[in-house]
Amino acid sequence: MTDDELDPDLEDVVAEERVEELDSEPEARSGADYAPSVAERLAFYQRAGGIVTPILTALLAFFVGGLVVLATTGKNPLATYRAIFDGTGLNWLFPWVSGTERSLAALNLQQTLLIATPLILTGLAVAFAFRCGMFNIGGNGQYIVGAITAVWIGSSLNGLPGWLHILVAVVAAAVAGGMWAGIAGFLKASIGAHEVITTIMLNWIAVWVGSYLVGFGGPLQDKAQISAPVTKSVAPDAHLPVFWGSAVLQGLHVGFFIAIGALAVYWIMINRTTLGYEVRAVGFNPEAARYGGISVARNYFLAMAISGAFAGLAGSMDILGWQFHLDLTTVQISSIGFTGIAVALLGRNTAVGTFLAGILFAALLNGTSTRNLDPSVFKPELAGNLTRIIQGLVVLFVGADLLILYLWQWRRKLRLGRPRAVTGQ
Amino acid sequence: MSTAVERAPASALAGSEPVGIAGIGLGVLAFWLALPPVHSRTVALPAVVGAAAIACGAWAVAGGRRRLGWAAVAAGVIGIAGAVLATHASVSHLQAVITWSTILAATLVFATPLTYAAIGGMFSERSGVVNIGLEGMMLMGAFFGAYGADKTGSWVAGVLIGMASGAALALVHAFFAIHLRADQIVGGTAVNFLALGITGYLYVDIYGNNGTPDNLPAIPDVHLGWLGSIPPHSLGSFLDEVLGSQNLMVWLSFVLLVVAYIVMFRTPLGLHIRSVGEHPRAADTVGISVYGVRYASVVTSGALAALGGAYLSIGFVNSFTENMTAGRGFIALAALIFGKWRPFGAFAAALLFGFSSAFAPQLQNVDAWSTYGTLFEALPYVLTLIAVAGVIGRSIPPAAIGRPYQKQ
Repeated sequence: MTDDELDPDLEDVVAEERVEELDSEPEARSGADYAPSVAERLAFYQRAGGIVTPILTALLAFFVGGLVVLATTGKNPLATYRAIFDGTGLNWLFPWVSGTERSLAALNLQQTLLIATPLILTGLAVAFAFRCGMFNIGGNGQYIVGAITAVWIGSSLNGLPGWLHILVAVVAAAVAGGMWAGIAGFLKASIGAHEVITTIMLNWIAVWVGSYLVGFGGPLQDKAQISAPVTKSVAPDAHLPVFWGSAVLQGLHVGFFIAIGALAVYWIMINRTTLGYEVRAVGFNPEAARYGGISVARNYFLAMAISGAFAGLAGSMDILGWQFHLDLTTVQISSIGFTGIAVALLGRNTAVGTFLAGILFAALLNGTSTRNLDPSVFKPELAGNLTRIIQGLVVLFVGADLLILYLWQWRRKLRLGRPRAVTGQ
Repeated sequence: MSTAVERAPASALAGSEPVGIAGIGLGVLAFWLALPPVHSRTVALPAVVGAAAIACGAWAVAGGRRRLGWAAVAAGVIGIAGAVLATHASVSHLQAVITWSTILAATLVFATPLTYAAIGGMFSERSGVVNIGLEGMMLMGAFFGAYGADKTGSWVAGVLIGMASGAALALVHAFFAIHLRADQIVGGTAVNFLALGITGYLYVDIYGNNGTPDNLPAIPDVHLGWLGSIPPHSLGSFLDEVLGSQNLMVWLSFVLLVVAYIVMFRTPLGLHIRSVGEHPRAADTVGISVYGVRYASVVTSGALAALGGAYLSIGFVNSFTENMTAGRGFIALAALIFGKWRPFGAFAAALLFGFSSAFAPQLQNVDAWSTYGTLFEALPYVLTLIAVAGVIGRSIPPAAIGRPYQKQ
């Protein structure tokens, strides 16, 4: 088994080339009695799934979402999507946007990237476990554990110099998230407990223990405001520096670069290290990996712990970057870890894909927020739920490559069918 | 006679299984003795009972029932520890928190939605399709139950519409899991997202900021006044407080439990479902339609989970709020696993989880203990984690669970 065989990244690239190559075939070969073998086609569709599926998936999900808008409100879905798009700030990327529109777009884009930061990280948490053949549904719990650790360290240890304070809080949050997920990894490695069940349980344990710590009378509740279930604030010197926009207006903090750094670490770890090779080998076929001398149990544990570290990191980014304290409601209703599942699935567990999917979902969340969406175009409360529907559809369709491949196959049949009908006459 | 000879070593310590079970009971009793209404104020009595539990446990371990035995030992130790804590707490605090009739009545209320969803999950998972979409299906039932009851003015129609909505969502899950052979966990996750989005969207679109109307037709309570007249008076009033005015759906859940058990383990249909979940190829070979059975099972699971959701919205709280199931579908899944994919096991687990939900708010009655209420909510999940980890008897899922079947 070579490294290349295990590498879907590479397959994606190959697939992209093949798509372009094959797209021109019907025209080029329509005269000849060319008919690719069934196996050849199947191999192509499987590979095409690498790059085509995510795009078709997202388009299909947005299309169905548009139908929902049309059916329930009778409004033009395109106008709705346009309004959502304007709220994301992504129009900042267009050079022709200028003046006040541009500065508004900049503000919006800062918020989108602010949301994208934890989404990319929780997406990586899901993706890394996936590469080892595990489904980490526990990103949310690991995120909460990371956030609690970050707020605890950020609001204590006040004697430290700022950079050290940040470093300690961030590393501790990652370690805590890693240990939390490591429980699931350990149970999987030692006695084969299914990670989906254990991570779901760990999610809820994190939520309730977190509610206890943060809530009324809890050890982390701010004793100065006894009537509010909220922790003490992070010391100002432990705030992540803001590099774009104003710190007062919740500008974009350097955590965004940490997320990008994590993407690079993820890519290198998966593609260029022994650990990554082993993790992928186990994910590809645990039996074969075991036969090849790889410790499957060790890799299950490590992959889960590393996944959790990414999610824990996400929690610390939100706390040290812009929230600065943790309240009971955030602990109980946060769903960033769950959105991470959609991010990883749409991004096909690749570094670049996770980045793009993270930006997409962050843009959706930000564009549909009450602050950004014009209520006369579309009610933001509705749009927030529309985002959830789109998210669900994306996950649903990504899970079913076959559906997309059927559609893809069907499209190609239509195209390939015509010349054959002519030659048949 | 050979069987008698083979059994001889095990029978050296006769009846280790009943002794082990008795040990667990004694451990619980040891704790109970220190609580109202008995209120033993010295540790002596609970300690003696707890020691007996530990002895029973040791007997069972020696007799070969290791897991049961250790469980009894643990029950004894926990019972004594709990009793020690209880004797140190003030009587007024204990009386404020522990009102058995209130706690047990609330236990049934909290256990009921879990029971419906867990039984539903059993059908799906026994047929080999993982259903982590129970949460979403419950939520559909909760919203469409309320919506249907509101629009038709009848709770019966509401319940039916709710069930249909859950079944429809389950059908989506089934189509992706069975025909498209998608990953069932991914599909279930998607179904949860979808349900959250669909119910939230429609709720905001239809009811806006006002919420569901106050006069939603509700599933009626069943009043059993005669329970109170059962002698002796204390027992009668206790039964009346626990069972006297429970919701119709609570009683129906008991019926469902028996029916589900009979269908699953005593009928050819149940045999079909289980064989499809254990060995689909073999089932296919003898002429059972694997796809048909799986579709039927998954759709049934959706309808039952939705029934639990409808109970929440129009039986229990009489309104709908966004994401009102708040993870109960996942607890039901946990109950199913905890109960080893069996109806009565799942029901027992649901009761245990219901008890912890019922007990947590009771802790609010004493200021000094109120903070521990939230911590107590984590207990069901910790227990499930321990159960999955194989400490309390291993939970073994159906053999073909999560694996799509491809016809040949």
